[in-house]
Amino acid sequence: MSERGTSLLSIEGLTKRFAGLTAVDDIGIEVAEHEFLGIVGPNGAGKTTLFSLIAGEQRPTEGRIVFDGTDITGWPADRVAKAGLVRTFQLMRPFESMNVLENVMIATHQHTPAPHAARHKALDVIERVQLGRYATAMPASLPTAALKRLELARALALDPQVILLDEVLAGLVPAERAPMIELLRTLHGEGLTVMFIEHIMAAVLALSERLLVMHEGAQLALGDPREVTEDPVVVEAYLGEDYA
Amino acid sequence: MPQHANAAESTSAASPWRQQARSPLLAAGIVILALAAIYLFGNRDSGLVTQSIVSGLLLGGVYALVSIGLTLIFGVLGVVNFAHGAMLTLALYFVYALTTSAGIPVYLSTLIAVPLMFGFGFLVQRLLLNKLTTEGSHEGPLLITLGLQLLIVNTLLMVFGGRPVSVPGSVDGSLRVFGAVATYERLIAFFGALLVAALLTLLLRRTSFGMSIRSVASNAQGAALVGVNVGRVYAMTFGIGAACVAVAGGLTAPFTSLTPTVGESFTVLAFVIVVLGGLGSVVGAITGGLIIGLVQTIGALYLPGTGALLLVFVVFVLVLLFRPQGLFGVRP
Repeated sequence: MSERGTSLLSIEGLTKRFAGLTAVDDIGIEVAEHEFLGIVGPNGAGKTTLFSLIAGEQRPTEGRIVFDGTDITGWPADRVAKAGLVRTFQLMRPFESMNVLENVMIATHQHTPAPHAARHKALDVIERVQLGRYATAMPASLPTAALKRLELARALALDPQVILLDEVLAGLVPAERAPMIELLRTLHGEGLTVMFIEHIMAAVLALSERLLVMHEGAQLALGDPREVTEDPVVVEAYLGEDYA
Repeated sequence: MPQHANAAESTSAASPWRQQARSPLLAAGIVILALAAIYLFGNRDSGLVTQSIVSGLLLGGVYALVSIGLTLIFGVLGVVNFAHGAMLTLALYFVYALTTSAGIPVYLSTLIAVPLMFGFGFLVQRLLLNKLTTEGSHEGPLLITLGLQLLIVNTLLMVFGGRPVSVPGSVDGSLRVFGAVATYERLIAFFGALLVAALLTLLLRRTSFGMSIRSVASNAQGAALVGVNVGRVYAMTFGIGAACVAVAGGLTAPFTSLTPTVGESFTVLAFVIVVLGGLGSVVGAITGGLIIGLVQTIGALYLPGTGALLLVFVVFVLVLLFRPQGLFGVRP
């Protein structure tokens, strides 16, 4: 892969093998600063595992992850997160015993130890994702759309440079998708670099500047979203059934 | 243990808040009714009953503190700490050694023993348990703490011998409470335990570190992803659990006859209390501690010898029968 001057995250030959299964197979991408990179692929293509590897939850079998000039391969998840590379989950995992504000404060505490400041900053983030009216609610009482925003808020509270979004639109009804897409567009506009796993093609095409298509762990195509989605290989492997 | 978690889920799913508030009130009501019944129909001298209640509550305060350590370790790490009683014994011998050989007063010795035990707990978790806990193993830590218990008890036996020893008391005298006698030493132990319990609750509720502990208890993987160093929280939590035990040890030292196995009975009682109060619940541990203390001393009015302990288990079984998740069990 050619060197890009503004590459913020570079993934080189990343591979994860489980017993008898290669979940992620030799993925190499350069993510530029302020890029919005969409990632699509059929279920089981290894998209989420790729995120787990980047976020430090699992160790890659082979390959390197370089973030902002530093080799972070093998770093534990908390260190990666504090460094500014944060992921969200498709299935929301709030801290059930704490209210929304406290959930976000856990994250703001990492860079803002003073309780008052951490609280203030958490409230800011909560406003930013338009969860203000739920600030003191417990996660169990939140509707899905709000939980998705909470997941996003916790990630944003860490002041990330790169955010890895795993199907933030899944589970939302169409009417709820548009505001979320708008929010993501705004966040990206504010300078955030985004890696975006998503099944809803309309959203992927609306937001992504480049698109990575994964299939059976490997990189099937990478490039301009429109061109990639018209690539016959991609259409055959993945889109043929859903995207006709 | 999974059964308890499931039971909690099924009952609290319907109306979590109401369920939660009602059951402890009900428990308090039952305790008060039972005490009233003993006064009225118990066929025992009412002065004796009052004495038992006072003694029971004072004893229960210390039980509560020991149990808080255990419930915290379980709630955050999911580790069933079989070495808990042995750690209490270790703390007691620390205090004993400091008072007898260095001549340091017992409560000052306690202040020295607390950071030492914190360090001990921290290192046990960091060096022996962290890898297993992080992998989500349950039987691994269980076996290690069981081994640790044997190691502590036998090391103490080797160093101090099996003969009972006692720590010289420092505060003589007693107070009369509603006609019952409460020694100053036991009063200090009770209020000291409650003070530490309150401070710990504040730490968990109000500080950023307490919040990290709660986040790890709730979802360790998610906590790591928002930058919480889970391994460190684990080690600190075990350290805090050990420190609680050290406070309990130091506070009870003046009226405890020390042998290397003195903590064993505490392990069993603390388990009963923790399950009774609800696994992982600090408030539950305090309530459970007080209840078990009461049951033991009131039971001693009727049943000879170790019969009081039998009554403890009867109460335990009854509570589990009607509220399997414990009084304050809210694990979702």
